[in-house]
Amino acid sequence: MFRIRITKNQEPRGWSSWLVVAAAVALSLGLSGILLSIRDISPLTGLAVLFKGAYGSRFAIEDCLIKAIPIYLCSLGVAVAFRLQVWNIGAEGQFALGAVGATWVALTFPNLPGPILLPAMIAMAALAGGLWGMIPAILRQRLQTNEIIVTLMMNYIAILFLDYLVYGAWKDPTSFGFPMTSEFPPQAVIGKIGSTSVNWGLAHCLVLGTLVWVFIRFTRVGFELKAAGDSVRAARYAGIPYDRLVVLVMVISGALAGWAGFLEASATINRLQPSIMAGYGYTAIVVAWLARLNPLSIAIASFLLAGLRVGVENLQLDLQVPAAFGSILEGLILLTVLAGGLFTSYRLSVRRN
Amino acid sequence: MEPAIIVPLLAAAVQSGTPILYATLGEIVTEKSGVLNLGVEGVMILGTLTAFVVALTTGNPILAFAAAGLAGTLAAAIHGMVCLWFKGNQVVSGLALTILGTGLADYLGNAYVGRTAPGFSPLPLPLLSEVPIVGPIFFNHDPLVYLTYGIPPIIWYGLMRTRPGLCLRAAGEYPAAATAAGLDVAAYRWFGILCGGFLMGLGGAYLSLAYTHLWTNNLTGGRGWIAVALVIFAFWRPGRAVFGAYLFGGIMALQLRLQASGTQLPSSLLLMLPYALTVIVLVLSSWRRGVSEAPAALGVNMEPVD
Repeated sequence: MFRIRITKNQEPRGWSSWLVVAAAVALSLGLSGILLSIRDISPLTGLAVLFKGAYGSRFAIEDCLIKAIPIYLCSLGVAVAFRLQVWNIGAEGQFALGAVGATWVALTFPNLPGPILLPAMIAMAALAGGLWGMIPAILRQRLQTNEIIVTLMMNYIAILFLDYLVYGAWKDPTSFGFPMTSEFPPQAVIGKIGSTSVNWGLAHCLVLGTLVWVFIRFTRVGFELKAAGDSVRAARYAGIPYDRLVVLVMVISGALAGWAGFLEASATINRLQPSIMAGYGYTAIVVAWLARLNPLSIAIASFLLAGLRVGVENLQLDLQVPAAFGSILEGLILLTVLAGGLFTSYRLSVRRN
Repeated sequence: MEPAIIVPLLAAAVQSGTPILYATLGEIVTEKSGVLNLGVEGVMILGTLTAFVVALTTGNPILAFAAAGLAGTLAAAIHGMVCLWFKGNQVVSGLALTILGTGLADYLGNAYVGRTAPGFSPLPLPLLSEVPIVGPIFFNHDPLVYLTYGIPPIIWYGLMRTRPGLCLRAAGEYPAAATAAGLDVAAYRWFGILCGGFLMGLGGAYLSLAYTHLWTNNLTGGRGWIAVALVIFAFWRPGRAVFGAYLFGGIMALQLRLQASGTQLPSSLLLMLPYALTVIVLVLSSWRRGVSEAPAALGVNMEPVD
């Protein structure tokens, strides 16, 4: 008889975690192939359509980048909170409020010049998202209220608030009854890079990603985050102001998601309408976990999962596969990566009895 | 308000609270064993779809109800595998299960959107339903509502007054000590997860078999998350869960009635009510030190020992 022994690794090995992600993605694609065959689609054809749609052309890759931008910023924020074991599930709502904040500025001051209007929109978006993230942080700090459920409920509230605005007070009178605001003035729109269809939000991602990386890696507070995330009790003994860190990470987290909301409203849709809520805030959680909360890996994972979304759109067009196929893949990948964590955090050895 | 308005509203509160009650009780059993399952929403919706499809194909609502319980058990088993076998993070696994469950339900249910299936209809209990006020509120419902009147006492008795219940609670409070006492903690946690999933599946089934008789995407509409919050509100006690579930049922019923009455209030603000109430209820219960009532080892995986 054989027995499997499990012992904990002191340091998770870097290369093995990428191996686990690769294996998890492969396994998830395999399992989702079964779901395709239920609809009488050959799994290989389906996956080929998925990949071709995602990465098969310049247009497709540009589309991936466009979708990766909001996912990246939301995920960056989520990862900062997760580092401290603060479970911010609220990126979706913070994103919504960011879009609302930016829209308010664009609609209220349509005559401001671009160099003033755009920073004002960003500031308002980050403020709205940050404050929305601060509420659950303060509740958690003062009353130990469970932040998972509060952030999630606040997502529903924020999205309904966005609906309330675009169906009501902010509805464009010339939209033939469609729930949308009027289009932003041209100087409130972030332009495209050169002749591509990718907007300058990509540069925002680069700057913000670097800032977050520097913050985590080289600042005192960033170090305190890591220490406190590993052990709250040890951090408290070391005099790290844990409660203040909780508020700080949630504000940063919310502000980044809010920034993503601004980019989506300004660069991609040029107005506010309900379709702005595409679930990027939830995908961001999957991305953050796949990337083990590392800013650079988050960029790669955002691009991959954005590709999944673009590929699924292609599946929908070509083979009439429901859009939910994308959620299934995301859920499967996350579950298999979690399960695969056993092989990086623990050492398995087989012993003969 | 007069009884003519308030009694039907309370009756509707019991009905719309019932699916939440099933799910909340399921999560209580799961959490008592020390496992946090945030996948309630996903487990529920798979129950909803299974019940609908089985009812549509066999025409037998009872079979459909049982099948939904089984589907819930299987869905929860995914969480069990990831957390108990592979030591995955319970918070993230639950989230992933919600993403997977809602995705699967939308995907597999795509062909059934808008169709109707047989289900349960109100069955007034003789004599009891004649009692003024109490009768119409509690005893003029479908059989699945009556079933929930029996489950909380059974769960309470099972958890608090039986030996397996004690062992299950030990697995949730102090798994190391339970292991030292010779208990198989993993087995009790599996039991909690699977029983919980069964109840969540039944709660989902209520939505397609009794609350509505049709299938649309997102039929659960966040009820699974409300159930997770209600567990905290209920201080992990089945009896208080009944109260909490009916409170939310009441708010949902009230919101529907207000919408139907052609009020000036925009529907998006009315739809916010249950979610806002969830936050308020959570804040109030943590104010009353609800958190300290949680099973001590909730959400913590067992580290392997040599």
